[in-house]
Amino acid sequence: MLALKLALRNLLGAGLRTWLNVIVLSFSFIIIIWTKGLLEGWDRQAKNDMIEWEVGQGQFWHKNYDPYDPFTLNDSHGMLPEPYGKAAEQHMLVPVLITQGTIYPQGRMQSVLIKGIPPGQQSLKLPTALLSSSDGDIPAIIGKSMSESTGLNEGDYVTVRWRDRNGTFDATEVRIAGIFETTVPSVDVGQLWLPLENLQTMMLMPGEATLLVRGNAQGSLPAHEGWIMKEQKELLSDIEDIIKAKGMIGVIIWGILLMMAMLAVFDTQVLSIFRRQKEIGTYIALGMTRRQVVGLFTTEGALHSVLAAVVGALYGIPLLTMQAIKGISIPVSSSDFGIAMAEKLYPVYSLSLIAGTVLIVMIVTTIVSYWPSRKIAKLNPTDALRGRML
Amino acid sequence: MENGAIISIEGLKKHFPMGSGRFTALNGIDLTFGKGEFAGIIGPSGSGKTTLLNIIGTLDNPSEGKAVILGHSVGELSAAESASLRKSQLGFIFQSYNLFQVHTVFENVEFPLLLQKIETGRRRQMVLDALEWVGLTDKINSRPAQLSGGESQRVAIARAMVKRPAVVLADEPTANLDAANSHNILQTMEKLNRELQTTFLFATHDEKVIGYVRRKIWLADGRVAKDEIIDRN
Repeated sequence: MLALKLALRNLLGAGLRTWLNVIVLSFSFIIIIWTKGLLEGWDRQAKNDMIEWEVGQGQFWHKNYDPYDPFTLNDSHGMLPEPYGKAAEQHMLVPVLITQGTIYPQGRMQSVLIKGIPPGQQSLKLPTALLSSSDGDIPAIIGKSMSESTGLNEGDYVTVRWRDRNGTFDATEVRIAGIFETTVPSVDVGQLWLPLENLQTMMLMPGEATLLVRGNAQGSLPAHEGWIMKEQKELLSDIEDIIKAKGMIGVIIWGILLMMAMLAVFDTQVLSIFRRQKEIGTYIALGMTRRQVVGLFTTEGALHSVLAAVVGALYGIPLLTMQAIKGISIPVSSSDFGIAMAEKLYPVYSLSLIAGTVLIVMIVTTIVSYWPSRKIAKLNPTDALRGRML
Repeated sequence: MENGAIISIEGLKKHFPMGSGRFTALNGIDLTFGKGEFAGIIGPSGSGKTTLLNIIGTLDNPSEGKAVILGHSVGELSAAESASLRKSQLGFIFQSYNLFQVHTVFENVEFPLLLQKIETGRRRQMVLDALEWVGLTDKINSRPAQLSGGESQRVAIARAMVKRPAVVLADEPTANLDAANSHNILQTMEKLNRELQTTFLFATHDEKVIGYVRRKIWLADGRVAKDEIIDRN
């Protein structure tokens, strides 16, 4: 308690010098939390977008479907079993038929995945309502990346060629009914979305699908013969792996920021001990043991982080809360980077992130404060009184 | 220890390493001090007076011989024991005051009492009493940087005296003060010495201090050259 009282007295008595250190350290607190929160928000957003745009609450795959092997697509389709059919009618399942094809935008040839989806579905965020058409055209929707890479715009017609279930090539023109923006490349890049019934007709596969996406209102549906249930967790494993890899980068950034903050604390402590030699000698002359003086200096260093946490909370809580609510606008389009990034990122500041950061910074600050203070334990008080200990 | 002596020094030697050899700062000192003495250890720079004061103050250990302070043999005390002795029984006054610059006058004087864990109310009264002895009750909230040299040294005296120590060790207390301030603080210390019976030991070569002490111990080359008692009654 004595060390705490004296340390607080010394720190508050030092006035501006203390507050400058505290403010700098509080910046470190806020930047560390902000960076981690931003990365966590980005990760969470990426995962949520995957769920909302593609994965849903899980999927049923045709037993032959392998998304990494396009040659399986010819064989990976089948009639919906009765329970799945009923669920699809009630919009609890979204059937998707997938095949390979070619489009010819502006005289060029480009391979695409053609996907058929019911226009009335509401389980995925895809704007499939645009696929409801009554003017005889086959409407199609594409993502913004696809639009930019092919030069196709809303209202354009493009020739599509495919092979039906008998292996016969056929072609038709589709009209781009809409272009959607998404952060999920796997529903955008190289994808052409058509009404399910149109694609089934084109493929000579009425009532068939490659996979079924489970919507939010999904009750328990068992896997049916010929169909494999894919849990949401399994479908998100790729992005989880990416998040894990990115998490390591986050830890490195976090470590660098922490190291910079600690360097400032260490530097302050070393300078403080050098500058306050006579004071240290006086403490000892007045009856403090060397250990008590080491404890005092360590407490002073550690108190910097406590004060920094308080000061950081004063401006950090409103600032970070505002960012978490309003989001951070990303000035450049994500497609320019080729990575999935929303135009607005919403940082996530969890209690564990804040408490963990504050705790770790405090512990590390205490260690870093103790490190140079150990020198005091070896000093000769008479030298210290004369300012000659170092 | 002799009868009535609170400090007893016998055959005290202190060597410091110097290059490949050693420098002998104290070379066989024999002295005793009784309660209430007002004594000066006098000598030129390098005569060993500060070293002697440091050993009496338990800030340093003898190389040879014995120094018994208030019944404790300096060389045999642990670090904690000597800190405890300094905390409760010894007061220090330094040439450059050594006040804590970030503390107020009150906090500087309060410091030794905080170490002794004296309760708040009593502590406050003791600090105010000490500041009254030195005539600085109007400066309790000032910081050392706002004080003159004389005022700073008076704060240092209050800090040394506040715990009512048995012995106060003053190392060149007037070296940074002008004549008027020197006389002022010497009169203050003399008054405290008479009223509280505190033993004051000065390390000095200042004629003004020498004019006040009642015992003059002249050191030369680490030895006592002359030990003279002055009757000022």
